[in-house]
Amino acid sequence: MPDARMEPFRPDAVTDVTDVLCPLTFVRAVAALDELEEGQILEIRLNDGEAARNVPLSLKDEGHQVLRLTDNGDGTCSLLVRKLEN
Amino acid sequence: MSFSGEQLARYSRHIILKGFGLRGQKRLSRGSVLIVGAGGLGSPAALYLAAAGVGRIGIIDADEVDLSNLQRQIIHGTADLGKPKADSARASMLAVNPEIEVRAIRAFADAGNIMELIRDYDFIIDGTDNFPAKFLINDACVLAGKAFSHAGILRFNGQLLTYVPGEGPCYRCLFKNPPPPEAVPTCRQAGVIGALAGVVGSLQAMEAVKYLAGTGGLLTGRLLTYDALKTSFRGIDLPRRADCPVCGEHPSITAPVDYTPAACDFR
Repeated sequence: MPDARMEPFRPDAVTDVTDVLCPLTFVRAVAALDELEEGQILEIRLNDGEAARNVPLSLKDEGHQVLRLTDNGDGTCSLLVRKLEN
Repeated sequence: MSFSGEQLARYSRHIILKGFGLRGQKRLSRGSVLIVGAGGLGSPAALYLAAAGVGRIGIIDADEVDLSNLQRQIIHGTADLGKPKADSARASMLAVNPEIEVRAIRAFADAGNIMELIRDYDFIIDGTDNFPAKFLINDACVLAGKAFSHAGILRFNGQLLTYVPGEGPCYRCLFKNPPPPEAVPTCRQAGVIGALAGVVGSLQAMEAVKYLAGTGGLLTGRLLTYDALKTSFRGIDLPRRADCPVCGEHPSITAPVDYTPAACDFR
């Protein structure tokens, strides 16, 4: 059984929200997801700390599938989210 | 449609709201509202709808800003005295949100122009201060199949009701005809607390927002009354009347009617 966390997801789009604070991080992520089709994957680059804690939870709460959060080691994280309609 | 980074920031508190979200904001942006009257009720309604990003707003008023208006008509300022209210309102709305389209209409709504006025709007707000105008707006909206918010304020009391085609009663189901002119105190005669207009006009804006966004329930089939002295709200369930002369099964009113407004003694 392959570990799903290690599966090489290929993002359909990338967005960077490291230039804004919460809740605008989430707003920008939602807007970026809105441009995608159901099932497509968005990569979101966000800052460590509040954004990395809040955005995955908020997107999950919206019904999207949070796939992976990776620490980039430079004060930012990369979040992979699959768009799900609800 | 997609929003710019600035628009996302401007509307962020709508977009993060669960049950409203980006979808609700897009609907507001695509929506349109006509506000009849840039007075006590129209002021907060127009400002909130402009701030909310309703894409297209019409505001109609034939009067000019008078010093006695400023105690409650917060869309106008002292520097606007003597200016047409529709223009003054438009300027305030665009100052809050320059990204929307506002049409200022310097006219009285009457039987001759009301159908044309409401035609291009999704939702109508009755912010007028007299019974003939309220019946006119009701009849026109029923005939045109438009949703609208009725409201009235006097002294310390307010009431409102939302009409949606096919749902609940219309204003004429509640009150068959306007009262005789001599029985009606106008706002000028009776007085009104400014903040009361703010409360009730804001409720009207809320109804318009929900209608456009398709969120929540509307004040249909129920008259909401507000007693400011007691700080008490009451909802009165009211049925639609099958024999209503305009929305009933056999309507006798098939075109808008002009009634004579009560004379304004204090003018």
